Amino acid sequence: MAITREEVLHVSRLARLSLSDAEAERLREQLGNLLDYMKQLDRLDTRDVVPTSHAVEMGTPFREDVVHPFGDREALLKNAPDREGDFFRVPRIIED
Amino acid sequence: MENVPVHQWSLLEAARRVREKEISSRELTKALLARIEVLNPKINAYITVLPERAMAQAAACDEELARGAPRGPLHGVPVGLKDIFCIRGVRTTCGSRILHNFDPPYDAAVTTKVLAAGAVLLGKQNMDEFAMGSSTETSHFGVTRNPWDLSRIPGGSSGGTAAAVSAAMCFAGVGTDTGGSIRQPASLCGVVGVKPTYGRVSRYGMVAFASSLDQGGPITRTVADSARMLSVIAGYDRRDSTSVDLPVPDYLAAVDKPVKGLRVGLPREYFEGDGLDPAVRAAVEKALKALTDQGATPVEVSLPHTSFALSAYYLIAPAEASSNLARYDGVRYGYRSEGASGLIEMMSKTRAEGFGAEVKRRIMIGTYALSAGYYEAFYGKAQKVRTLIRGDFAKAFGKADVLLTPTAPTPAFRIGEKTDDPLTMYLSDIFTIPCNLAGIPGLSVPCGLSASGLPIGAQLLSDHFREETLFTAAGAIERAVPVPRVAPLTG
Repeated sequence: MAITREEVLHVSRLARLSLSDAEAERLREQLGNLLDYMKQLDRLDTRDVVPTSHAVEMGTPFREDVVHPFGDREALLKNAPDREGDFFRVPRIIED
Repeated sequence: MENVPVHQWSLLEAARRVREKEISSRELTKALLARIEVLNPKINAYITVLPERAMAQAAACDEELARGAPRGPLHGVPVGLKDIFCIRGVRTTCGSRILHNFDPPYDAAVTTKVLAAGAVLLGKQNMDEFAMGSSTETSHFGVTRNPWDLSRIPGGSSGGTAAAVSAAMCFAGVGTDTGGSIRQPASLCGVVGVKPTYGRVSRYGMVAFASSLDQGGPITRTVADSARMLSVIAGYDRRDSTSVDLPVPDYLAAVDKPVKGLRVGLPREYFEGDGLDPAVRAAVEKALKALTDQGATPVEVSLPHTSFALSAYYLIAPAEASSNLARYDGVRYGYRSEGASGLIEMMSKTRAEGFGAEVKRRIMIGTYALSAGYYEAFYGKAQKVRTLIRGDFAKAFGKADVLLTPTAPTPAFRIGEKTDDPLTMYLSDIFTIPCNLAGIPGLSVPCGLSASGLPIGAQLLSDHFREETLFTAAGAIERAVPVPRVAPLTG
């Protein structure tokens, strides 16, 4: 299944993943080969088959919607690459 | 027994000796840390070793025992965890640059359970990046070497754990298995590995790869040790909504049960085709003979959709991964690329620099399979094929109590041998993947060595929540087919 360079770049934008030219070309080829292999699934007639969303039969688990405070805010925030007080700091989002 | 070096003791033996005060936890831990210091530079089984923390824990264990208050069945015994399980305050990398500095604010459920059982944590074990790989070659922290032959891979993704257990650099480890990542490295390193039923072991605090397939489980040198470890880590956890609220049986009691009358199914599809190494076939036949000699009954079964499992898996797992890995964006934790001018550019560069080639490939496949226009053709189709594969197993378990197959088609391959072609690498998981798609439990037990002395494992599969049957059958194979469990290369 031939994948175009444009498709690779489109998917990489959806995935928020910048690719070098060499990476994009290698992925175009590899994705094409893998999807070719996966096309074997089309040999199976699955019109009347229900898709699996859970491999082990169980009902939907319900629980009370109660807040459980984590308690250690600093342990969470100290992992931030950049912070200001109790906020995560990111590069500018809105252009001037 | 007195002549067996300390590090070679089984987990049960080490636990008994600590409990009976024949050896202190400090002596035991010191011996293991010394061994890690010598061997880790050669094998690279650990990403992070915790000498001070482990010795402090060992001292506390000795003190508790002196007071007559042991914590549990692993009291004072040093073990390791795959670097996918969070330990509060200990760097957890998942084998990735993007988490190279992540300091988890909480313990994983598995961590809490092994600590509550009294275990001493030696360190975090190497793995393929985000558990994506079959050889531990995709780790940002370098390849782990197979202790049986340092020019070969240990399998993956829990390769660091399997290698550490096989080289006696811990008494037990906990790995994770999404498509074979416990069983395949256990097979290639000559140790025992168990993938429990989906939902048996809580995934809380275990870094997510493919949430509908991921499951934690033990890697040990003996079947009884795995049974003990699984009893420790299994059980309901309200923090994991897919955790199953069923009582945990005494797995250890299952190991010595007789196999007389046990119906052992041989799935035809796992033994045909030319990909199966003749030495692997011969070793698995020996395991079958061990079972039938003890009174088990062989039955032929068919799992007709086996050849479609790999395709379904390599759509479903990357699709779930592409969604799970969206959280690594350089905002709240982990690596961030410097110098990007806006938010989107920062995220795209962070991910480009933070992820390795295999992870990028899977994110791309997964994003493609979920993208508009392709969802039904790829992801939707794969989920339907998953139903057919589950149906195959349901039918087979009407005729057989346990299935016996090879774990991997070949013994360990050489480092670099399969890194150029992703599909060839993916094919090394061909016998382990269907089990995850069906959510059933699986176990790999050593059953022989190849002509060049490389370990071979037999895989046992049973129906949902029938782990006890796996331990019974594996125990019978282990008793009849003795295979050295500590890699001879390392003494």
